[in-house]
Amino acid sequence: MTSGGAALEVRGLTKRFDRLAVDALDLAVRGGEFYALLGPNGAGKTTTLRMVAGLLRPDAGSVSILGIDALADPVAAKQMMAWVSDEPMIYDKLTPLEYLEFVAGLWGIDAASAEASAHELLASLGLAPHLHERCEGFSKGMRQKVALAGALVHEPRLIILDEPLTGLDALSARHVKGLLQARVHAGCTVIMTTHILEVAERMADRIGVIAAGRLVAEGTLDELRQRNGRNDTLEDMFIALVDEAAAA
Amino acid sequence: MSSASSLSWFVRHEVRLAWREWIAMLTGGRRRRKRAAMIGLVAFAAIMHLPAYAVIGRFAGLEMPLDKTSLIVLTATIALAWALMLSQAIESVTRVFYARADLDLIMSSPARLTNIFSVRIAAIALSVTSMALLFSTPFVDVLVISGGARWLAAFGVVIAIGLSAAAIAIAVTLILFRMIGPSRTRLVAQILAAVVGAGFVIALQVAAILSYCTLSRFAVLTSDAAAGFAPDTTSLLWWPARAVLGDGEALLLLLAISLVMLGAVMAIFSPRFADTAIGVSGSHAAARASRHGSPFRKGSRQQALRRKEFLLLKRDPWLMSQSLMQLLYLVPPALLLWRSFSDSSAAVMLVTPVMVMAAGQLAGGLAWLTISGEDAADLVATAPLPPVSVTRAKIEVVLIAIATIFAPLVAVLAFASPMQAAISAIGVIVATVSATAIQLWFRVQAKRSQFRRRQTSSRIATFAEAFSSIGWAATSALALAAPLAAGISGVLSALIVAATWKISPRRD
Repeated sequence: MTSGGAALEVRGLTKRFDRLAVDALDLAVRGGEFYALLGPNGAGKTTTLRMVAGLLRPDAGSVSILGIDALADPVAAKQMMAWVSDEPMIYDKLTPLEYLEFVAGLWGIDAASAEASAHELLASLGLAPHLHERCEGFSKGMRQKVALAGALVHEPRLIILDEPLTGLDALSARHVKGLLQARVHAGCTVIMTTHILEVAERMADRIGVIAAGRLVAEGTLDELRQRNGRNDTLEDMFIALVDEAAAA
Repeated sequence: MSSASSLSWFVRHEVRLAWREWIAMLTGGRRRRKRAAMIGLVAFAAIMHLPAYAVIGRFAGLEMPLDKTSLIVLTATIALAWALMLSQAIESVTRVFYARADLDLIMSSPARLTNIFSVRIAAIALSVTSMALLFSTPFVDVLVISGGARWLAAFGVVIAIGLSAAAIAIAVTLILFRMIGPSRTRLVAQILAAVVGAGFVIALQVAAILSYCTLSRFAVLTSDAAAGFAPDTTSLLWWPARAVLGDGEALLLLLAISLVMLGAVMAIFSPRFADTAIGVSGSHAAARASRHGSPFRKGSRQQALRRKEFLLLKRDPWLMSQSLMQLLYLVPPALLLWRSFSDSSAAVMLVTPVMVMAAGQLAGGLAWLTISGEDAADLVATAPLPPVSVTRAKIEVVLIAIATIFAPLVAVLAFASPMQAAISAIGVIVATVSATAIQLWFRVQAKRSQFRRRQTSSRIATFAEAFSSIGWAATSALALAAPLAAGISGVLSALIVAATWKISPRRD
């Protein structure tokens, strides 16, 4: 896997619903980077990521994923990425193993290697005792872990996660964070939105803050502190940046 | 708050919930449609008086004492209505157990659960009875207008059979729950609801075919054999029929028996309702294991999609019950086909339209489940394959499922009449493709669990699907008897499908 070049490059991305949700957004995430996208509710984080994942068509702008124009060739772009939303997208009537088999089939992964990978992933997420149980009886945390395993089973080079830690207990959250960091160390790029600022503070290489559909600040934690001119916590900086954007 | 006032509050709450659920079913959950839906409902009720008059108008002059044959026909009609209400009631009870989101709230409240669940049982009975009153009103109106006020007693009979059907449904569901557990109860209850609803009519048709080689139910009911077998005209069995004709004593007895049945069910089962509801919540914890062994298989992306769809269809309790019902409706014509092998009866022609109609209806349901009912829409949308490949794989699933069900029937038909088999096969294919196309043009993103309300998302699609199935069934039947008329009917059916395409939101 390559790292260093742009894994995601967004230029002038715009989306309007009743109001302007994303306003000519420019964003670049380097390969092998853990990027946290922060912002208040309704800032345009999820809309941005859904456009990147091909779930929403932008009104204007371009999206490039690992050098592929995602709007011109969505199939090639989707082959390299995975999307995990805060609402787990799984089938109640399938078992975790059957779900992963389906995902591997959709991404055209070799059955033998997918099976080995699926067992490994589910075990690492603590789901080994539930491999053959239907997901209908799972808690939200368990469902989220199955969805995450589905996102990782096809070895994506770009993983986009929208609030993936919602509903997870502390141990599960640690498992998920560990898995994501291991992927980043292996050269994969992770872009994640979260309201848990401590997660962004501890895990992200770079942090972007979005407000009213625009990127209002971006950089490492230290760069953000320098920009702010104080040795604040991320929470303090975040609130200051959002207030600043609202006043502008 | 006193017990009485808290109960009346809960009664109001239940009535409000039932009313809003009903309105949501009519309007598809869109508030703006409420007025239009009410106008539509009133217009529908008014129009229903015409077919009601055609069906029942000639019976308005019936008066006591009736002969045995009339008593049998009237009693069988009441029994049919009761079976349909029982089916509806079983469906309502499972919905209350499995779909209401307020059980946790109610059971964690300090209210007395026995009282609360008594009200809920009464609410189920009320909603079943109200629905029955609504549908029976045009028929009773026709009888009252044509035959006099004594027919108003029919409303009392509808209330009595509604209450008793609800009582039996609650008892059956709770007993099933105790015997086979919550997960299986849901499946069995849904199948039972389908079988009970269709079973009575089908049983009469089967008896008619076996005895008289006809599909007419009246052949059995009006036969000398039935009259000979039936008890004397003074028997208690005829009291429901007497009550309908205005016998006050019989009506009061019927109402009293129904109320006692409902009261007994409330007294016996209300204290256990909470345990049952807790059992349903716990049923998710006791997860169902599927067969072990590796599900990973080689294949294309489309094959992965098809495998997933087939697996979900196989595990869908609603589909199981609906397929069973469609297959049940096919039993009488299949039996007729078997009986007609030797004597080449013209009645065998009825097999074709029944098959075509069933194929269209089943294909419509399957197409909704596979095309619109996608629980992981985002996952499929972010998968690296073009949307057209996804849609094609899903359509293939519908076509394969329909072919699996109907191909054996067509093959058997080919032994009796190759020409009829060919026409039936073409009819099944055209009806299936039409219903699937309509669902594709009107597709909406939804959860599979929303299937019950699929009709409300687009009335146009619902009616178009029904009319196209009826049209192709008629065309197939006419193709066997009057080819020229079949041509006209076929053009009209094609026009229905074309017009639906023209007004559909997704014509791609």
